Amino acid sequence: MLSLLIAVPLIAGVIVLFMSAWGARWVALIATLVDLLLGIALWANYDPNGPQWQFVERQPIAGMMGWNLGIDGIALVLIMLSVFLMPICIGASWRAIEKRVPEYMAAFLLMEALMLGVFAAQDLFLFYVFFEGGLIPMYLIIGIWGGAERIKASYKFFLYTLLGSVLMLIAMLYMVLSAHTNFIPDLMAYNFPVGAQKWLWLAFFASFAVKMPMWPVHTWLPDAHVQAPTAGSVILAGVLLKMGGYGFIRFSLPMFPQGSAEFIPLVFVLSGIAVVYTSLVALVQKDMKKLIAYSSVAHMAFVTFGLFAMNRQGIEGAMLVMLGHGLVSGALFLCVGVVYDRLHTREIAAYGGLSDNMPGYALLFMIFTMASVGLPGLSNFPGEFLSSVGIYHVSSWAAIVATIGIILGAAYMLYLYWRICFGVARTAEAAAMKDLDVREWWLLAPIALAAFWMGIYPESFIRPIRNDVGRLLTRLETVAPAGDSRLTLGKGAQHEHMDMGAMH
Amino acid sequence: MGRFAALLPELILSIGGTVLMMVAAFTGRRGTGLVSWLSVALLLAATVALIGAPSHAGPIFDGLVTEDLFASFGRAIMYPAAAIAIIAAHGWFERGTEHASEYAVLIVFSAVGMGVMVSATSLISLYVGLELQSLAGYVLASYRRRDERSAEAGLKYFVLGALASGILLYGISLLYGFTGTTNFTGIAAAFARGAPSLGLLFGLVFLLAGLAFKASVVPFHMWTPDVYEGAPTPVTTFFASAPKVAAVLLATRVCVVALAPATDAWRQIVIFAALASIFLGAVAAYGQTNIKRLLAYSSINNVGFALVGLAAGGPKGASAVLFYMAVYVVMTIGAFLCVLWMRDAEGRPVESIESLSGLSQRQPGFAFALFMFMFSLAGVPPMFGFWPKLLVFTAAVDAGYVALAVAAILGTVIGAYYYLRIVKVMYMDEPAAPYARVREPVQTLLVIIAALIVSPLGYLLISPLSNLTDRAAGSLF
Repeated sequence: MLSLLIAVPLIAGVIVLFMSAWGARWVALIATLVDLLLGIALWANYDPNGPQWQFVERQPIAGMMGWNLGIDGIALVLIMLSVFLMPICIGASWRAIEKRVPEYMAAFLLMEALMLGVFAAQDLFLFYVFFEGGLIPMYLIIGIWGGAERIKASYKFFLYTLLGSVLMLIAMLYMVLSAHTNFIPDLMAYNFPVGAQKWLWLAFFASFAVKMPMWPVHTWLPDAHVQAPTAGSVILAGVLLKMGGYGFIRFSLPMFPQGSAEFIPLVFVLSGIAVVYTSLVALVQKDMKKLIAYSSVAHMAFVTFGLFAMNRQGIEGAMLVMLGHGLVSGALFLCVGVVYDRLHTREIAAYGGLSDNMPGYALLFMIFTMASVGLPGLSNFPGEFLSSVGIYHVSSWAAIVATIGIILGAAYMLYLYWRICFGVARTAEAAAMKDLDVREWWLLAPIALAAFWMGIYPESFIRPIRNDVGRLLTRLETVAPAGDSRLTLGKGAQHEHMDMGAMH
Repeated sequence: MGRFAALLPELILSIGGTVLMMVAAFTGRRGTGLVSWLSVALLLAATVALIGAPSHAGPIFDGLVTEDLFASFGRAIMYPAAAIAIIAAHGWFERGTEHASEYAVLIVFSAVGMGVMVSATSLISLYVGLELQSLAGYVLASYRRRDERSAEAGLKYFVLGALASGILLYGISLLYGFTGTTNFTGIAAAFARGAPSLGLLFGLVFLLAGLAFKASVVPFHMWTPDVYEGAPTPVTTFFASAPKVAAVLLATRVCVVALAPATDAWRQIVIFAALASIFLGAVAAYGQTNIKRLLAYSSINNVGFALVGLAAGGPKGASAVLFYMAVYVVMTIGAFLCVLWMRDAEGRPVESIESLSGLSQRQPGFAFALFMFMFSLAGVPPMFGFWPKLLVFTAAVDAGYVALAVAAILGTVIGAYYYLRIVKVMYMDEPAAPYARVREPVQTLLVIIAALIVSPLGYLLISPLSNLTDRAAGSLF
């Protein structure tokens, strides 16, 4: 099943290379839709109360590396996010990409296969191969079909992330040699020496922090986003960034619990700076894509906050933020793409008053803006709320900083929306833009529906991960921080404390 | 007769090569095609003769050479690589006024020398093999004698090579003087007798320096870019592949057999040479505009990684070295065959990286092949070139040299930049003037095979190949 999921885009990717532009578009769309159906089948057959690893495949192919696949709930929801966004990406590139279409579609399909592989891999080296392999198609997507500064952005993307990952490789080698296995589920239960955990954690952190990206190694992201074509930005924000969070939850936390606990202050400080600093930076951006890129950094800081709170609310909230952000930031980049296709500028100042001539666009854009802000009833609210609760358990100061980030998030997103959709059009061209066509409705409406679904009934997305988060928490039990705001029971002798005790 | 049967591959090549030399002398230019294809057949026959267990295990001719699996593995890589170097020259020299038939014969003789190098167990046979290989190499480098650059390359290679041979001989004489034997096991026994004397240490250093020159390891790499650039491209294809394997394998045997008790003495030298090669190879390639020079630095860089495996030591390290060199040969030959096809409208070879601009739009298949070789040389997964790097790093970490592995792996990131630059030029720049179409079906087939091996499909080869390298490395210990 999982092999099929990976094979479909891979094979389609090879086929499209030999086709015309028209054929390549259709083959890519069909292949991604098939993968979406397979993903839905996967979700339907996944048993949330079943064993931790399902759809397991083990096939020794290559000496110390095996074709070992299998997913738990955490991987499942991220796979769902990937297969959901891919057809939308292909659709978004339908007309925007004119040159070298077959190669473009091949790069995207390869990208999909590698992303799915990252989430499905159960072998440490297989994971690394997929994780690093994703750099090549993304490098090409940014470098060939990107904007004016694409070359610099593609180099920066590639070398930055490669530098982060190679240290992880050395750590992996050390782990395999000391644990005598490269089977990820076994490694997740292996107790590495506490002294070594610190170094291993740092090596993995180097990779995931760059991928995530965390402040101060986030600088590749705005460049890559601004230069990438719309669909490239969607995949970058929607799925590639999630690999960092997935890495923390799959490797850093369960494999090095003591190491993780040791570095909680570091993660909290970096996340705190990111939340406030990148939000402020987003506030002054003149380029729409850059603004959304910085907002991604701020949202991802929420994820790291939540994960390293090491309690149920924090981790489940972090997962929900990842999913919600995957949907919403992808949709926001698509919204930017819609107006960019018409006016060929990303300058915020060039637009204005779009609610007059593009009411449909203004409506959808508002839904996504509100979702990004964290309005209850939309996708980001449950995640942000839960992770705030989780953070509050650990440190009230961190919670205050994180909440400031939410307020700033509302500020820059509403400010953006106001400048684009309200007021009067600043140019005649902007005023003459047509509303969304059918294709664009098809791209944006499904995301909007999913955003409502996540906001109104998040249980659908929490149920598959609940048991896995539980298993992670038992692993973290001994090291989870006590926190300053956890209420403690009184002795019960004094009368006036009785009520408080009973309440909890 | 058993001893001669064990030397069957060398006998085939030496006798066949001598006969072909006569044929070449008498047929002149008419015989070029015949001699070339017969030489390829000889090399392939010698490869086939390697199949099966060595018929005569252990030292032969009073310990001059041995025919163990290690030697067989090395020759099984080098002979086909040499054959491909002959095929690569097809249609190359005919344009000039040179006689092309000697080219193939010289490569056959060079292959004999390399075969002796990897099976040598004595300093004498080591030197004989190395000189036979080098002398053929000097002539090959200056094969286009009317071309100034080729003549310069040959002269430079000869003068510096002679200096290196002198250093090597001096080291050999010191070792002989202080141990009283030229035999590897005898030398090992002398080193095992206690702390090595100053003379022995000098001998060791000089011996390694001489070998480092042949493997173009920093700081004895100076000749490499110039010779690679000046020599005709088929010759460069040859230099970058088989002789590298021979030199690295010879160094491996010398280090783990002859100098085994002095491991602490040579290991620091190898670690320095490995890191220096990795970093110099990566940094110096930045400013290059000539693709052959760039690939020269790339080969320096790659040999550095192979040496990381040697520095790690033990059967695992030696096995990683063998695996690395096997994959390296495929990647390098593939890349150079692509360079061979870079010819302008009149069919003259072009070597500037700029001329590759927009190749993906002119010749997508060609560009895609070079794309795969570049990412594979850079060691980026999912290309197969990643796996040998992983193996040498595993060996290093396993032996406790984590810092060495970390430093080396940072070198891969620096090196990745210039491989990326080639890809950028091919895929992201505006198309330049088109190349002349080269119609060489055999070369095309070879490029396709090489590209398939370095593609992710290559991972299927890991089990059989590592099985072979493990056994071959095991025969040393």
